[in-house]
Amino acid sequence: MADVLLSARDIKIRFGGVIAADGINLDVHEGENLAIIGPNGAGKTTFLNISTGYLRPQAGTVTFLGQDITAHLPRTITKLGIARAFQIPQLFLDQTVMENMLIAAASRQGYPSGFKALARLPEASEMERLLELVGVRSYAERTARELPEGQRKLVDIALALALKPRLLLMDEPTSGVASSEKLEIMDILTTALAKEKVTSVFVEHDMDMVERYAHRVAVWNVGKIQKIGTPAEVLADPKVQQQVIGI
Amino acid sequence: MSEKDLMTRRIKPITTAAVIFFLVSAVAPLFVASWATLFALILAKGIVVLGIVLLLQAGQVSFGHAMFFAIGAYTSAFWGKYVGGGDILLYLVLGGISSTVFGLIVGLFVVRYREIFFGMLNLAFSMVLWSLLEKMFPYTNGADGIRVARPGLLGFVFTPETFQYVILYVSLLIAAAAFYGVQRYLESPLGHMLRAIKSNETRLEYLGMSARRVLLIGYVISAFLGGIGGTLVAIIQQIATPEFGFWTKSGEFVFIAILGGGAHAFGAFAGAAMFECVRFYAAAHLADSWQLILGVVLIVIILYAPNGLIGLRQRYRQSGKGGR
Repeated sequence: MADVLLSARDIKIRFGGVIAADGINLDVHEGENLAIIGPNGAGKTTFLNISTGYLRPQAGTVTFLGQDITAHLPRTITKLGIARAFQIPQLFLDQTVMENMLIAAASRQGYPSGFKALARLPEASEMERLLELVGVRSYAERTARELPEGQRKLVDIALALALKPRLLLMDEPTSGVASSEKLEIMDILTTALAKEKVTSVFVEHDMDMVERYAHRVAVWNVGKIQKIGTPAEVLADPKVQQQVIGI
Repeated sequence: MSEKDLMTRRIKPITTAAVIFFLVSAVAPLFVASWATLFALILAKGIVVLGIVLLLQAGQVSFGHAMFFAIGAYTSAFWGKYVGGGDILLYLVLGGISSTVFGLIVGLFVVRYREIFFGMLNLAFSMVLWSLLEKMFPYTNGADGIRVARPGLLGFVFTPETFQYVILYVSLLIAAAAFYGVQRYLESPLGHMLRAIKSNETRLEYLGMSARRVLLIGYVISAFLGGIGGTLVAIIQQIATPEFGFWTKSGEFVFIAILGGGAHAFGAFAGAAMFECVRFYAAAHLADSWQLILGVVLIVIILYAPNGLIGLRQRYRQSGKGGR
């Protein structure tokens, strides 16, 4: 078994009467693509929010490479090697795609100093390579605002990859994208992740995507992990089919 | 054509316009002596407004920036009153240091807030300072202010006629350096991060940067510029009064920034030139109602050039295209 990158132990959090996590234990292993599935409101995104420091659990701990990150700020966690891509792409809309990438590169280097123009940073060629890798190199000089949704998603992921993370957490990477583009986006995405040697956790509703691209699947239901295993094992489970997939 | 191309094509002519403006500021007063003080004031206020333009990049408007202007001015005034003597460069160094230190202290509080709360908290700090300047009469002379004796420069003393040119060229050098420095800053990674606060602060945090720290750096630079501008105005007008830190003065700087436009550092100087010229000539012809003229000018700018004077060219180009 590969090394454990991220480990959640006995995570509990509730929002009023809604239980988002009720004693969750979950390990993410290096090199895998772990999909999290479950009904709306089950607590899938909450797990990503906890793992990236946006929320603190009411109980339990999250460790990354053995280090407790439960109380860390998002930017501290980012620096440790966890990047995030969002359900609604989070880009700097008034700046070009390349400027977005270079801001990420500069952030990774910890630049707050220097009056060197952003466009002349030595990381520019590396950022071009990443844009090429996710298939949006031709949009580099366009402002992010001009991009269609599918391309925004890919740029959002490229931004995360610019941080050279060990682990990438993605919230519904194909939501809001036309069905015809979903496979293409996931193909690009998983190829890029493999090439950059990045482990991933992705929340997904499309079972076809889960079956094709996940190594393991965790079923999240009413704040608990109902089942975890390979896509074939999990998706064949009658309870999962009935309660989560709705067959 | 992408928005980026439009931006690039807009910025080059603006830089050219800035160079022409600085050349005119250097040469025109040689022919009309009364313009020396007018241009010096335009340049000094332009430096202060550069600070406002900087904060506008992050989508934040300070309604209390006059506090740094007043701190710069009063630093010179206190030095003259309590130490005596003085030199333009010494005043500028002291004004710059005091406003930077004050900017850092105030900044640590205000960068935690955004939008209207950021603006109002700045206003609150500036009104505290204004009250202190007004009420601590034994030290500040209250509303009368403190006279700032005409300082020398590097040991040289000047007649009033010569001094107006000396302070003009000192202001010009500082304004050109500040313009260049701010524009370089805006093009640097930190400047882009400052803009990123406006469009998506959350993403900036998830890239590993502290948005507060990025804004704090911008704020302190902005305070420094305010202090330098205030020092220059106190030297030019040879007085520092509590009015320098009053909220209407902060409003004036925001007014000038909107007038000039926040998309480029030159907007600060374009706005200051327009403001001071309108005030200079409107006050001469309509002594009691020159503010009316300024108000009308601002309404026209907001209606027809929402991106300020420096946005006019782009608007002209776009309307030209639409007409074809």
